[in-house]
Amino acid sequence: MSPSTPASHSEGTAGGSTGRRRRRGPRTWLAALPLLVFTGLCFGVPLGAIAFGAVTRTDPSSGATRLTGEHLARSLQGPYLGSLIGSVQLSALTALIGGVLGVLIAQAVVTSRSQALRSAALTASGVLANFGGVPLAFAFIATVGISGVVTQLADLTSLGWSLYSFTGLAVVYLYFLIPLMVLVIAPALDGLRPQWREAAQNNGATGRQFWRHVGLPVLAPSLLGGFVLLFGTAFAAHATAAALVGGSVPLVTLKIADALSGNVLTGQENVALALGLDMILIAGLVMAVYLPLQRRSARWLR
Amino acid sequence: MLSSSARRGAAVLLSAAVLTTLSACGAAPDQAAGAADGKSKVQPGAAASLTDLGGMDALVAAAQKEGQLNVIALPPDWANYGEIIKAFEAKYKIKVNSENPDASSSDEIAAVKSRKGQKRAPDVMDLGIAFARSGAGENLFAPYKVTAWDKIPAGQKDADGRWYNDYGGYISIGCDAAKIPNCPTTFADLLKPEYKGKVALNGNPTKSGSAFGGVYAAALANKGSFADIQPGIDFFGQLRKSGNFIPVESTPATVEKGETPISIDWDYLNAGYAEQFKGKGVDWKVAVPADGVYAQYYSQAINKEAPNPAAARLWMEFLYSAEGQNLWLKGHARPVLLPVMTQDGTVDKDAAAKLPQIQGTPAFPASAELDKAKATLAEKWDKALS
Repeated sequence: MSPSTPASHSEGTAGGSTGRRRRRGPRTWLAALPLLVFTGLCFGVPLGAIAFGAVTRTDPSSGATRLTGEHLARSLQGPYLGSLIGSVQLSALTALIGGVLGVLIAQAVVTSRSQALRSAALTASGVLANFGGVPLAFAFIATVGISGVVTQLADLTSLGWSLYSFTGLAVVYLYFLIPLMVLVIAPALDGLRPQWREAAQNNGATGRQFWRHVGLPVLAPSLLGGFVLLFGTAFAAHATAAALVGGSVPLVTLKIADALSGNVLTGQENVALALGLDMILIAGLVMAVYLPLQRRSARWLR
Repeated sequence: MLSSSARRGAAVLLSAAVLTTLSACGAAPDQAAGAADGKSKVQPGAAASLTDLGGMDALVAAAQKEGQLNVIALPPDWANYGEIIKAFEAKYKIKVNSENPDASSSDEIAAVKSRKGQKRAPDVMDLGIAFARSGAGENLFAPYKVTAWDKIPAGQKDADGRWYNDYGGYISIGCDAAKIPNCPTTFADLLKPEYKGKVALNGNPTKSGSAFGGVYAAALANKGSFADIQPGIDFFGQLRKSGNFIPVESTPATVEKGETPISIDWDYLNAGYAEQFKGKGVDWKVAVPADGVYAQYYSQAINKEAPNPAAARLWMEFLYSAEGQNLWLKGHARPVLLPVMTQDGTVDKDAAAKLPQIQGTPAFPASAELDKAKATLAEKWDKALS
């Protein structure tokens, strides 16, 4: 999902690619067989299992399986629907904020011309973007939880701060989403040629005009790609939220965990699968918006 | 550059390797059905009592022949399971393979179903009551009546012996007296403004059994009943609105850190924290709230297709012997035979004296009431809390 890097495309000319196409034998697709088998097994089989479980019910005593729409219907009602909406809201908000801040930081790093700052920022981003789960939750609890160090020192509670809320969770998510955006957008910002800027300036364009008419349109697919990646990451996050807010911020991943592996609710496994299918559909919808746009303007970054 | 046929060959080889690796994971091993010695009347896997097996010596011999026992979801720091496993291994020279100690009841059921006929399927299970009932309904458990069967109260066992309660406890309020000047002792106390941002549950009640028990107890404290959990949900909604409730899941880490200075949890876990954090700046006090007394027991069951059926039955006999029961008691849990053992004097009196004091005998919700409470909770909890 990372944006195409300029280097990988710069060498292929039109003539070269047609030359390769002509050499292609009729059965070279066989070489891709391992990949196809891998994809089929690791994505196709689980997807099939989810879809099958979401639309069937197995009678526990007789073992007979029949088709039913009740799980999907339940997954779109009451608290389950609430959790889907909650997840989409949280993911969209954090992806938007994380995307904007990530781009600003990446742009500052890329234009600074300090190689040391650049490698330090990118390395740190690589580490932080992968810091998640319960350790992250506990780090936040110890720092800005109710009896956290910073909360006590700065008296955050009197300012209305609460880690265990929608806002608190959004802040925690931004902790790993912003570095992720920096990582994925930095190569695209590198791809903005200085010559374009110089050309714009020679023609009397202001900095604002350059961004409005050249910079942003060229970056748009990468920005959108970054947003989609951030949305997906936030949408699928589970452990951090589970440790921080339990059931008080409705999230679909928490609902799936409750239904699938809990000590309280029995016989909810199929509803969990239906919720999983809903998640896949939502992710698919987001991708469907991104892909055509990406194809349309990716050519500028070659 | 490889020739095209070599490339094709490599592709086929690679995909074959992938397939072999994948299928090897699911290979079913040979059945370890160890026939016991001549005295036993039936195969261990079909034995429904010790007499069927030809007595304790025959059972021990058959179990030792199997040599191992697969257990799942037994955390060593939960109700003293660490010591129980060690004692069993030492006493009978049988190796206990403890898998995924932090698994949930539904993980256990899933493991039983997905590993049918495999050598690494769990032999015995420690289940939440709802899963014991639903698992019995799905015909996953082997009926087996331990020697102490008659002493288990009728309300705490399946009539056919497919599951029976083992140990449990009461919902209690743990409180760090080093940080809280006046520790709350009832649910009504928890609403006081002085506990703002201090009250936590052990997890999300739609997932965690102890948190569910906390809501049930709060319901009983607020004019609810086993059939009506709504007042408990309202209570936590009120607690959330007043700012007293914090949704962070209380764990030993949050207790030690002081993030969950008041935690509603099973009394055996809270009593365990008191011991664990003695001298670490945490003065953990445990009170069973008088206005909302709710007890719950976990259940034991034997996998119907246990790979080590004799060891599984020996494990059950061990757990329901005075020795096993007292080991649970040592972990501050109340073993199901506690009343009988108090009468006949086999109880570990020191350990029993450490339990929080309770008035009266516990009552338990009926299956239908429990189901209704869960459905209500799953429907209403989110809304009340957000």
